[in-house]
Amino acid sequence: MTILARLAEKSWEPASDRDPAASSGPRPSAGGIGLGVYFAVALVMFSLLGAAYVMRMGLHASMGHADDWVAVPDPPLLWINSGILAASSIAWEIARRSFDNGRTVRAAATGTALGLAFLIGQWLLWRHYLAQGHYLSSNPANAFFYLLTALHGLHILGGLVAAAWVLAAHNLLNVRLCAIYWHFLLFIWILIAALLVST
Amino acid sequence: MATTLADDLRPMHHPHSWVTRYVWSQDHKVIAIQYSVTAIAIGLVALVLSALMRLQLGFPGVFPAIQPDNYLQFVSMHGMIMVVYLLTALLLGGFGNYLIPLMIGARDMVFPFVNMLSYWLYLLSVIVLVAGFFVPGGPTGAGWTLYPPQAISEGTPGHQWGIATMLVSLAIFVAAFTMGGLNYVTTVLQARTKGMTLMRMPLSVWGIFTASIMGLLAFPALFVAAIMMLFDHFAGTSFFMPTMQSMGAITPTEGGSPLLFQHLFWFFGHPEVYIVALPAFGIVSDLISVHARRNIFGYRMMVWAITIIGALSFVVWAHHMYVSGMNPYFGFFFATSTLIIAIPTAIKVYNWLLTLWRGDIHLRVPMLFAIAFIFTFIHGGLSGLFLGNVSVDVPLSDTFFVVAHFHMVMGVSPVLVIFGAIYHWYPKIFGRMWNETLGKLHFWITFLGVYAIFLPMHYLGILGVPRRYYALGETGFIPPSVHLANEWISIAALIVFAAQGLFFFNMIWSLFRGPRADPNPWGAASLEWQTPQTPPAHGNWGPTLPTVYRWPYDYSVPGAPRDFIPQTEPRT
Amino acid sequence: MPIAVAIAMLVLGSVLFHLFSPWWRTPIASNWGSIDSALDVTLWICAAAFILLNLFMAWVLVRYRHRAGHRAHYEPENASLEKRLTIWTAIGIAGMLAPGLAAWGRYVSVPQDATIIEAVGQQWQWSFRYPGPDGVLGAAAVKYVTPDNSLGLDPLDPFGRDDLLVEAGDLHLPLDRPVKIVLRSKDVLHDFYVPEFRAKMDLVPGIVTYFWMTPTKAGTFDILCAELCGTGHHEMRGRVVVEPPKAFAAWQAQQTSFGQILAETPPAAMSILLIKANACIVPASWSKS
Repeated sequence: MTILARLAEKSWEPASDRDPAASSGPRPSAGGIGLGVYFAVALVMFSLLGAAYVMRMGLHASMGHADDWVAVPDPPLLWINSGILAASSIAWEIARRSFDNGRTVRAAATGTALGLAFLIGQWLLWRHYLAQGHYLSSNPANAFFYLLTALHGLHILGGLVAAAWVLAAHNLLNVRLCAIYWHFLLFIWILIAALLVST
Repeated sequence: MATTLADDLRPMHHPHSWVTRYVWSQDHKVIAIQYSVTAIAIGLVALVLSALMRLQLGFPGVFPAIQPDNYLQFVSMHGMIMVVYLLTALLLGGFGNYLIPLMIGARDMVFPFVNMLSYWLYLLSVIVLVAGFFVPGGPTGAGWTLYPPQAISEGTPGHQWGIATMLVSLAIFVAAFTMGGLNYVTTVLQARTKGMTLMRMPLSVWGIFTASIMGLLAFPALFVAAIMMLFDHFAGTSFFMPTMQSMGAITPTEGGSPLLFQHLFWFFGHPEVYIVALPAFGIVSDLISVHARRNIFGYRMMVWAITIIGALSFVVWAHHMYVSGMNPYFGFFFATSTLIIAIPTAIKVYNWLLTLWRGDIHLRVPMLFAIAFIFTFIHGGLSGLFLGNVSVDVPLSDTFFVVAHFHMVMGVSPVLVIFGAIYHWYPKIFGRMWNETLGKLHFWITFLGVYAIFLPMHYLGILGVPRRYYALGETGFIPPSVHLANEWISIAALIVFAAQGLFFFNMIWSLFRGPRADPNPWGAASLEWQTPQTPPAHGNWGPTLPTVYRWPYDYSVPGAPRDFIPQTEPRT
Repeated sequence: MPIAVAIAMLVLGSVLFHLFSPWWRTPIASNWGSIDSALDVTLWICAAAFILLNLFMAWVLVRYRHRAGHRAHYEPENASLEKRLTIWTAIGIAGMLAPGLAAWGRYVSVPQDATIIEAVGQQWQWSFRYPGPDGVLGAAAVKYVTPDNSLGLDPLDPFGRDDLLVEAGDLHLPLDRPVKIVLRSKDVLHDFYVPEFRAKMDLVPGIVTYFWMTPTKAGTFDILCAELCGTGHHEMRGRVVVEPPKAFAAWQAQQTSFGQILAETPPAAMSILLIKANACIVPASWSKS
């Protein structure tokens, strides 16, 4: 039944009865639903930051603050980090699709390690910017850059903790959730990078 | 639904000691009580702050200890605590936690550990909030809206540390709420028992469910705004901070947009109104239906109205900003969307009234509160139309009319529902009955008292008396009678304040001395009254989960022997 | 039963309170009668709904109170009744929205011939600026502020030289002439609020906001701040004097222009003032990496 048909159901009528014992197909796992709902939350958070970014950026133009907004440069490290995160996501995908336990663990561990490598890469990127004098407070573009990468990095960090927990507990059912989470973070990172590079 | 059995076999967390049973508990009922007690405790702080504010407004100059700085701090903390730390936490963390699993026939929330973490993070946010009272400079006095630049600039009380504790506390609260909200939404979607279709859920669950989704989507805006303001405050960024004069010098910040903060704040702030209102709508629907012995009128309309209100509330936020200096042409859109939202809201009011109509109305204490809610909500909802109707808002914005409106609609109304709900479910939660006489006394003083407080405030607002004023001073347009009105309002407020003692005495005394309650004293049909034990034991349902055969509103069905049929009773 | 009586009495009491309480709008002193009428329309529609709904509830509470043997009527929904109620509500909503939006349409369209006058807010006082004979306000920004240039006019902008400055004095407005009040804040948010004018608008640091109105009544009115701006919020008062054009012109002739102030500024202070202006012409490329 579509959601609209379900919401139009006259649940007080006997016609609305279905045999409670009859199966209506397997129910999605709680973890899967919870993760999906969390994606909505995180997506709203990053979208609002994106909207704030655009609003703050547009502001200086109408106010004539010529030197207010200076976009951050795009060093090669940005692309290297993106590549690492993509590779990490691929590793997780391999882990998810594999039916062989040993291979799943190996791929998941690789994905986790690449995730850690991405975090280190992001930290190096920060160092690189700081060394070039792009401080947090020098202009709003920098501030947004640090804020967006920090929040994204925190999500990666949370993912690493979860992945470590899954691997340590050998709870391979949850590898699927980890993989989906990783793809989501890659998706968010692509959006962030696109916003940073295009402006 | 084959997998419900598998869900049922999921190993449950079983408490082994007093500490894991009542402190580090993962039982939704214990967490609900922890949430509620914490929320009510911090709410009492806010209540005391409002009494102090009324002392200053009613008797200016009589209490020299209340200085302008203190007054603004009282205003700000009162507002923030009431909206976020009391109402949101109590309605979702308290009632949501208690009612969702019981009403949909689940053993617990789907992520009990996350649920426990949610409470402890909430408690941490409350502790950080309270710490604001003890930091140098005291809590923030920027108003609950925390508008920059003043919130973090000289001239506002608590601009150094008070605002920092407030923002950190809010960020923690958002994290806590997200954990709780994920649980509420996932539990409703995933853990309903056999036969509990979406349209067989009581409206309480619908209200809490929709409000949780809205909270999950709206609180990120507050989180982002709080983090950005913390950056502005401590890292010298200029998200919100323009070039301005402070302490006679020009600040190094440049180009920041105070309006950006306002957009973010109200993108959270307006849905927040409905995050508080929708659970109250849902709960009051159930109270009215049970005590009028009549099915809720137009159940499907009620569900649709809840979801439509939830969706529309994300496109009305700038009606708080008609005179904020944003592009004035936005006013046309936001006025229209705001007034459209009044239609589903009005339908809800009609359906409450039509539920009473041709009912068999038992005027017990929970019902009295529900009726009082309808009255105050009609009043507050209608005064909202003045403020939503863009040009009418211009003279009324930032006056006492606004204060009167939002107190009536999202202060008094949800609080009346909360009182009604506590009286209603107390016998189930604690297995004891409260004292009827004390309950009625509490009701009458509270209901008549709050109306005496807030009705005159509308008129002061129409006169033009501005809000958030420590003292009105000398003006040409404020007659001396306004000072008299302020005195009366303060006296009424203090009486209502004192009357809450009746409620607390009744609740605590009944906990130990109240007569044992019947498992289903009101003859309610919904699932939470059909538990094998009262109060429900850990796991709620004994060895097998209940099966649901009908909607929760089968009251006074023609031909039925009793005037209600529990949801668990099969059709014959 | 008592609750039904109480609801009915509260409705009656509210109506009596409305009729007999001394608190209602201050007499209007501007052209914004359309805002007042939109408020009246909203009030009548809302009052009708308030009285009808609550009296209906009071009647229902009496008529359908619990009595032995009485049983409620079972009726899950009534689609046609709900549809009719929805339509009537929509009509009522449209009825109050229309005058509201119409008034807003006028509020956002400033007449071409409106005189421009600037109000500047700071914690916790008001200052004002008139454009002078050229009718144009010179450029101004917080970054230009010095002790001798407290409103932050750009000393290099020729349009600003003839601007008349009223620091911490009364605002004077000509009677029956439309004015566009442009608003600027030196520090935090404020709100220019004169209850008798009905119109108000926030002052937002960093941007210039505005509203317009035509004063229609001569007299002196209070200016209040309607946006919480710190400890002294309640003491941020000013006064506006609405007077016939002749008196207004005579008053204006006595005011000091920015040019006069510059002429009297000692050289040392003058150089600070100019440094402030120059400092802002730092090439943008300097701060680039």
